Amino acid sequence: MKKALQLFLTFFRIGAFTLGGGYAMLSLVEKAVVDQKKWIPTDEFWDMIAVVQSLPGVFAVNTALYVGHRVAGTKGAFAAMLGAIIPSIVIILLLATVFREYRDQPVVERIFKGIRPCVVALILAPSLRMIKSAKVSWKTAIIPIAAVFLIWWCKISPAYVILAAIAGSLIYAVIINRRETARLRDYETSRSPEVPKSRSQNEKEAES
Amino acid sequence: MIYLQLLWVFVKIGVLGFGGGYAMLSLIQHEVVDHYAWMSTTDFADMVAISQMTPGPISINLATYVGYTTAGLGGSLLASFALCLPSIIMVYFILKLFMNQKSNALMENTLKGLKPAIAGLIFAAGLSMMNTQNFVDFGRGQNNISVVICVLVFVASYFFKANPILLIVISGVIGFFAY
Repeated sequence: MKKALQLFLTFFRIGAFTLGGGYAMLSLVEKAVVDQKKWIPTDEFWDMIAVVQSLPGVFAVNTALYVGHRVAGTKGAFAAMLGAIIPSIVIILLLATVFREYRDQPVVERIFKGIRPCVVALILAPSLRMIKSAKVSWKTAIIPIAAVFLIWWCKISPAYVILAAIAGSLIYAVIINRRETARLRDYETSRSPEVPKSRSQNEKEAES
Repeated sequence: MIYLQLLWVFVKIGVLGFGGGYAMLSLIQHEVVDHYAWMSTTDFADMVAISQMTPGPISINLATYVGYTTAGLGGSLLASFALCLPSIIMVYFILKLFMNQKSNALMENTLKGLKPAIAGLIFAAGLSMMNTQNFVDFGRGQNNISVVICVLVFVASYFFKANPILLIVISGVIGFFAY
């Protein structure tokens, strides 16, 4: 129980003060969980993060759940998760109530008229950065273009686009995996007869 | 009924939300603005700005905000919980299933393949917010201050990785003096 409370407080503190979402939080979590409390060894923590990163859902919540579960079971998982989300919920509830009250004030309206085009740019920029980091080539550029066309033009739900992309990339990943294991097998079979041959050659050379 | 809809929407987003907060943002936009019309496109932009400026995961902030505006306090708690529900279930199954190297490699390769599609998803969300509700002075024969803000913020964010909170504050100040 004590550990669960500590988990709650740790993630509460991180959730309350970290601006910029899940990845900004990661180094703070590592500092608290690995360095200070020594709950999880460093390499195990990063192995866990590698898995958590490829899962769907809120990254911060997933991290809290896995760390909490690893440290103190089900109780720990829930304590850490609640710690991670309660600050967000409370702050947003307060702001939403205030904003509802004052949004029609001309001053607020003027400020938000400036903010809205900024938000559009803040959404477009990371999507292009993502395309760059995903190393999209001229051949694979069809994927993001098709996604944009289907969602923006045809008004198809992004949920279906994701499902289709999952199916496609799962098939691709299976093919890649199979190809890699096949290559590994070929490599091993092509190498193995050479080893005794070269050794016998060496022995002959040594004898002569 | 609204509670059931909130539950369904955010569980769905929790299951399909690969690739971080912005990917979920595009899913939320489709459901909240296009499909259920709980919010206008300007409400959505305001909500994103507020969620971006406050601490904590942006998707939890968005879920809480959507839940609150559609169904009050109960709605906000339900929406945030619904978003976490798939993750809670996954802790127990995935942890055992995917902690071996082979399936982990498969997951990683799958995510790599998903990335270009997710980038397209996010770009589409930005595009569908490019309208005269969010760009109030566009095409009215005045100075297109909104377009200038958008272009400058894009350059600052894309090329210089400027702090988004700072950019929002500056844009707010420009808006205050310009409109």
